[in-house]
Amino acid sequence: MEYFVQQLINGLTLGSIYGLIAIGYTMVYGIIGMINFAHGDIFMIGSFIALATFLALVAIGITALPLILLLTLLIAMLFTSAWGWTVERMAYRPLRGSFRLAPLITAIGMSIVLQNFVQITQGARVKPLQPQIQGGITIMEGVTENGTIAVQLSFMQMIIISTTLALMIGFSLLISKTPLGRAQRACEQDQKMAALLGVNVDRTISLTFVMGAALAAVAGFMFLLLYGVIDFYIGFLAGVKAFTAAVLGGIGSLPGAMLGGLLIGLIEVFWSGYFTVEYKDVAAFSILAIVLIFMPSGLLGKPEVEKV
Amino acid sequence: MTSAAPHPSLLAESVKDAAVAAFLAAVLGFFFFALRTDIGTGGLDLTYRWGLWFTATAIVFAVRLALNLLVFKTRNPVTQHIKITASESTLSGIGRVLGPVLLIVAATLPFLVMWLFPNRDRQFIDLAILIMTYVMLGWGLNIVVGLAGLLDLGYVAFYAVGAYSFALMAQYFGFGFWMALPLAGLLAAMWGVILGFPVLRLRGDYLAIVTLAFGEIIRVVLLNWYEFTGGPDGISGIPKPSFFGLEFSRTGGFAEFFGLPYDSIHRFVYLYYIILLLALITNFVTLRLRRLPIGRAWEALREDEIACRSLGINTTNTKLTAFAIGAMFGGFAGSFFATRQGFISPESFTFLESAIILAIVVLGGLGSQIGVVIASVVMIGGIELLRNLGFLKEIFGPDFEPTQYRMLIFGLAMVLIMVWKPRGIISSRNPSAVYKERKKIGSDMVAQGEGH
Amino acid sequence: METAMNTTPAHNWDHNVVLSVEHLTMRFGGLLAVNDLSFNVGRGDITALIGPNGAGKTTVFNCVTGFYKPTEGRIVMRHGNDLQSEKVEALTRTGRQHDIGKDSAVFLLERMPDFEISKRAKVARTFQNIRLFGGMTALENLLVAQHNPLMIASSMTIGGIFNLPGFRKARAEAIDFAAYWLEKTGLIERADDPAADLPYGDQRRLEIARAMCTRPHLLCLDEPAAGLNPRESTELNQLLQYIRRDHGTSILLIEHDMGVVMEISDHVVVLDYGEKISDGNPDHVKNDPKVISAYLGVDEEEVATIEEIAEDLPEIAAKAAALKEHKGEASGQAATAEPPAAASEIVVEGAENHPGAQPSGLRQPRSDKPDDLTRVKGIGSVNERKLNALGIWHYDQVAAWKKKEVEWVGSYLAFPGRIEREDWVKQAKALAKGVAGKKSGKGGKS
Repeated sequence: MEYFVQQLINGLTLGSIYGLIAIGYTMVYGIIGMINFAHGDIFMIGSFIALATFLALVAIGITALPLILLLTLLIAMLFTSAWGWTVERMAYRPLRGSFRLAPLITAIGMSIVLQNFVQITQGARVKPLQPQIQGGITIMEGVTENGTIAVQLSFMQMIIISTTLALMIGFSLLISKTPLGRAQRACEQDQKMAALLGVNVDRTISLTFVMGAALAAVAGFMFLLLYGVIDFYIGFLAGVKAFTAAVLGGIGSLPGAMLGGLLIGLIEVFWSGYFTVEYKDVAAFSILAIVLIFMPSGLLGKPEVEKV
Repeated sequence: MTSAAPHPSLLAESVKDAAVAAFLAAVLGFFFFALRTDIGTGGLDLTYRWGLWFTATAIVFAVRLALNLLVFKTRNPVTQHIKITASESTLSGIGRVLGPVLLIVAATLPFLVMWLFPNRDRQFIDLAILIMTYVMLGWGLNIVVGLAGLLDLGYVAFYAVGAYSFALMAQYFGFGFWMALPLAGLLAAMWGVILGFPVLRLRGDYLAIVTLAFGEIIRVVLLNWYEFTGGPDGISGIPKPSFFGLEFSRTGGFAEFFGLPYDSIHRFVYLYYIILLLALITNFVTLRLRRLPIGRAWEALREDEIACRSLGINTTNTKLTAFAIGAMFGGFAGSFFATRQGFISPESFTFLESAIILAIVVLGGLGSQIGVVIASVVMIGGIELLRNLGFLKEIFGPDFEPTQYRMLIFGLAMVLIMVWKPRGIISSRNPSAVYKERKKIGSDMVAQGEGH
Repeated sequence: METAMNTTPAHNWDHNVVLSVEHLTMRFGGLLAVNDLSFNVGRGDITALIGPNGAGKTTVFNCVTGFYKPTEGRIVMRHGNDLQSEKVEALTRTGRQHDIGKDSAVFLLERMPDFEISKRAKVARTFQNIRLFGGMTALENLLVAQHNPLMIASSMTIGGIFNLPGFRKARAEAIDFAAYWLEKTGLIERADDPAADLPYGDQRRLEIARAMCTRPHLLCLDEPAAGLNPRESTELNQLLQYIRRDHGTSILLIEHDMGVVMEISDHVVVLDYGEKISDGNPDHVKNDPKVISAYLGVDEEEVATIEEIAEDLPEIAAKAAALKEHKGEASGQAATAEPPAAASEIVVEGAENHPGAQPSGLRQPRSDKPDDLTRVKGIGSVNERKLNALGIWHYDQVAAWKKKEVEWVGSYLAFPGRIEREDWVKQAKALAKGVAGKKSGKGGKS
């Protein structure tokens, strides 16, 4: 039981990170209907920016950890957004209204470019960072034949889950209440019509990428803090998982992305905990395939009625 | 971008735009050029590289300025004199001649290479083998993506199945290449059916992501099933193909039988002809299938699945055959890869490989056989040539390692070619049946498959 | 009901049935698109399925051709000349999809997947929004339609790969057959052009040719005349007549163009809100009051008021009575209805019972030319007559209404609030600004 609760907490933490990345996928897919393959690498860029910022802030002598963390988060979000914006501007906007496969290929190309750019400028070796936030609270304790098991909820996990929750609420409000959110939804429905009604479609799409990148930066920073190790290749697997999460939750749906992220995180953690750690990716992908086969539009997606 | 004002000074405008670009580059590059983290004693060290950052920003400014002055902003861009954008009809006209010419070149290539580059023949023939492998993979995937319009992001899975089938058959049963080849193809096709059956009713991007997932699953299984596949260690000692029972060994083999002096190049030439033959079979079968009802049904499926069903076409079976035949050629190519390398490991079958093959198909022009050849030569040949840029070390210093820029340039090329020609290099379609007069079909008419 | 009203012997579609739809119901979530619909399609007939927008016609098509699985009901397709009732009943009990005999066969379409319906039951269809293979030539489109026989001829591709003589012959025949239909549809000159390149009318015909290349027993056409000009429409009629006459193919079509329907159909089935409201030959349907009310664009409220002007308009009176009878309302009500206002007297009885002020009217339209008030969205032909009775003949009269007039008229016509909502006054102002009069259409259904 204690083991289960511990895994649950770990799964939710990992799932939060996936969920944050998945939102970027789902928003972009919702608005321009493309898989932004480079989004996983934007997440990776975000974690590298966060790492450098963190070290730089320490180097210039700021000592208060909460301040450092907050500043790092904000700076990483800001600079990663610039990356998101640039990628859209360079690789996707010229292909707006073109064929479906063209932006997919540029996205894959962009992903290769970003990975190799980071590899060249920052080196291929992993970057370890010592755990910065230590300690936690014990919420449960149990005795088994192997001794006592304590269920730990670390401060790190609390920060990750609560930040994710706060961002989710903020984003839901942003999408449902602000003119930007309205413009976004309008573009999702019909870009031409939205443009005719005075919505600046290009700007709206750019902002979607910017928001997605900002969330990916948050995820990147949290990944860095949680695992303490990053390299130029983390974007691929995290990206594929997050996209899986977005599809699982029903692509185009914000709560779906979050739900999918949490599920993928849970599946992975539980599979590792109870079966084998090697096949955790297989488990996540198999669940995806099974869900899609029986529920082709994901968990919270709108069912697609075939128009004849 | 700003064409409203007549001539508000080309220079001023270009400088302004270049400054914006440089500013953006400075922002983007700050954490990557100016700062660098490295593992040092007691944690990570931060090093500052202001010079590099400044140089990179300056280069962006200069390049952007030059482009603005010469191409983007000016009224007479220099590119207008370059006829890169040859019209579709010219291209297809060339295409008609290009096919036979390429075939003759391909058939005589090893001898041309030996004659022209006697010192580096091994390297070039090896490169030709590599390119030809990608041509074959591209043609195989073209059936699935180009003809049937099914977006497959996990094609490498079948390549892996082919390679591992042969390797394992050789390891456990002592099969030779020629015996294993058809079996490997069949096994790959079978996997195509097994994987395809549940997922082929998914549409568009869902299909893409599930095929990607399957590709990863197969790789992870190969990586972790240590007892059977050797896990990350892979399988080595995979036998080389024999020539009607003759090995390419120093004694008692091919050279001795034909009374030739032993030369290891023989084996390379032989491998080259094997892959050429396999690729040509792929091409021949694809071209034939296109003119058969099944191939026409694939294309019809790409155009409109609902209409297909209204005409009595079993779309599930039709998709499955496309998937299986594509997988089969992937399996053949995989076997060849295994025999050529002599060693395989899951490393060789990552998503990047699938992405490269898909990129070749899309860049070449969906459904175009000759396009795949051009794209393979440009992309694969191009990046391999970057290995030979050792002279750049003399410019940029001994630390400069041109090979590490290979993939960066590859990615950039993918983006640029797509932006330049979103439909691929050769995008017109050749009708599969003619009543009176053969007319090319413009790319704007042809659909690209599911999900749009 | 049908046989009771007609003294003629049983229709072709009663005894020589190619397709029978029995108690078909189709539900989408909470929406009942088709409700307990039954009708027959006679062999060799041209049967039209008509009805206002949203009546469920295309849904019926999609059920017949297998694109939707009906919620309830049975759809029987018959090859061969008799009803084969015992076979159908036996088949229904077994749970199998079809019973194929030597000269005859029955198919239960609701059990079959869509492609089997075309392949085995030989039902072909076209689509409301044309679905051609745009990137393939006209000829290729017709070859795709011959996929199944060609697959067999190519011995499932194996023989085709080696280009065996048997396949070569079959391919040549397939091209000949395609050419035959291209000839018939006047598209032979465009055989090698991509379908997306053809003009709209040609695309419609190509789609029909493609359907015919599956050698169907029943051809289902979803609005084949939509978007065609009159000449193309006539050509279409001839083509359909030809298909029926020379190929014996039965035709089921959905159509809005009444000209086409009345001219070529042998049998018309009318749907409204997913239910059959009329079924018979064109003459019968044309005079069915329920059809008229559905088609004149009469609203529920308006139906109830038809009898109010019944005395003036005997032909409508008869229809209204029939309608009323069908609705099962008390037939005595017609007698108590308010007598209509005479056109000569603008003063209406009971005018003071309505709030607001009665608009001033003219005894006669100016220079005897009344405007076509039905061009105002919301005014149907019934209300036009009622307005005429009030002395309202012209747009500018409506345009001059103030709030109190609007209120009065709204109450008088028994749709309070609708005039404001649809803004008749503004519409009338626009129309009054000398918009050239179009000929009076049926118009006005809102």
